[in-house]
Amino acid sequence: MQDIICTFCGSVCDDGEYDLEKRKVKKFCKLGSSKFAEKERIKAPMIDGKEVSYEEAIEKAVEILVNAKKPLLYGWASTANEAIRVGVILAEKLGGVYDQCASVCHAPGTLAMIEEGLPGATLGSVKNRADVVIFWGSNPMEAHPRHGTRYSISAKGLLVKDRKQRKIIVVDVRPTKTAKIADMFVQIKPGYDYAIISALRAIISGNADVVPNEVGGVPKEKLVELAEIMKKAKYGAIFYGLGVTQSRGRDRNIENAIKLVQLLNRTTRWVIWPMRGHYNVVGAGEVPAWEVGYQYAIDFSRGYARFSPAEFSAVEVLLRKDCDAALIVASDPVAHFPKMAVKHLKQIPVIQIDPFPNMTTLIAKVVIPSAVYGIEAEGTVYRMDCVPLRVKKILETNYWTDEKILEEILKRVEKLRG
Amino acid sequence: MVVVELITGRTLDQGATVEEKLSDEYFNAVNYIELSEEDFKQLALKEGDRVKVVTDFGEVVVFAKKSELPKGIAFIPMGPYANAVIDPATDGTGMPQFKGIKARVERTEERVKTIKELLEAI
Repeated sequence: MQDIICTFCGSVCDDGEYDLEKRKVKKFCKLGSSKFAEKERIKAPMIDGKEVSYEEAIEKAVEILVNAKKPLLYGWASTANEAIRVGVILAEKLGGVYDQCASVCHAPGTLAMIEEGLPGATLGSVKNRADVVIFWGSNPMEAHPRHGTRYSISAKGLLVKDRKQRKIIVVDVRPTKTAKIADMFVQIKPGYDYAIISALRAIISGNADVVPNEVGGVPKEKLVELAEIMKKAKYGAIFYGLGVTQSRGRDRNIENAIKLVQLLNRTTRWVIWPMRGHYNVVGAGEVPAWEVGYQYAIDFSRGYARFSPAEFSAVEVLLRKDCDAALIVASDPVAHFPKMAVKHLKQIPVIQIDPFPNMTTLIAKVVIPSAVYGIEAEGTVYRMDCVPLRVKKILETNYWTDEKILEEILKRVEKLRG
Repeated sequence: MVVVELITGRTLDQGATVEEKLSDEYFNAVNYIELSEEDFKQLALKEGDRVKVVTDFGEVVVFAKKSELPKGIAFIPMGPYANAVIDPATDGTGMPQFKGIKARVERTEERVKTIKELLEAI
């Protein structure tokens, strides 16, 4: 089969080939190949480790959810928009909290966007036009392996024809694999992104004299050189990663970077964009945004949507022990949350919907296995640049989709709650 | 003992095994710390030796690896071992501090816990 769409990372490559006989995918990277490889699955729905039918597991899940005062509904980055849509309605009906993986990933960028807007572009635009690309705290060679060849490093564009016409700069705290293939590597001290962006803004706005001889481990001359490259670019793109959002400063780092891009846009053209991780983490934010107005950390306990990451992000809710049940869909918070947050998850009834066994399976009371979107189920997802793509079904399965499981839960909850 | 600034993050191997979290491959992809050559030497380590990483928020035993990091910076792949020692405070953003945590690293004879043991200990 041709034009297979990959459901691993935010690049959502759409040019794969699938060999139905060998059950193997061609053209994709190590991450994409692992996605399409056969692996251990959750065999059947389970309650307390005992195999049951889908209907029995759903009944138990509904019982837990309707009896909870404030359930947490978390995950959503590795499923399709159709399932997320039902999940948000379910959170509203239950008076629970909706939060998604971006809250421990790129959500600080959302906070920055609320303050400053986001001068962005599609990946196609970057491929065709960008003559300078900066990877700031991002490492696509490991996290988005084909981003470079398809869009941002060696991609062959209409106006910028190849690698020779594109300057690649990496700003990072360590010499990453991406730094090794860059034209310029700016090594900074951890937690100094904000200061360095401020220094660049000062230099570009003609106030280089206020910049000290060294900022965040970078000599002033190097910052002046970088500022010159940025000013001279015809079309520049900053792709930032978790190096910026998970370090000291978090959302303020991105806000400052957007201000830098706004400044550059007085004389040339620059865009800035997050390197989103999971294939539909954009959908996990966009879908609730078009349903209830917010992207994450949404509380429905008062009967209407309230947004407050300081209160309603999953980590804050768990640290405060402010939920008494959890529905985890297409995610593994037990592996990816800080230990203190996992501690509360271990103490409340957890329902998991996921194709694969993971650390959350080990603590879940109810486990409901699901079909893999892009392989066993079709659906719509947003690529990292918000371009919607329809992922395909290539293999038959007996597993239910996340959408069907959530629809069945919602139907029963509506019956009980009205 | 060396004092380092700890960062955590994605690696290709962590990504490729992320849907097989209960496998040996995932265990091997996330159970180590990368140290600079200088820090590695100062602790008199050999490749595969174990170290205890201690922060204000917890401690964890992992395997030690030498890497090209600058002195004083250490890296653990994102996952349960990293999350045992990161700072859970979000400063009102919802985002814990996964990068830039002060940590003490010392050589140890203690065993590296399996993923299940790590979870049981929480």
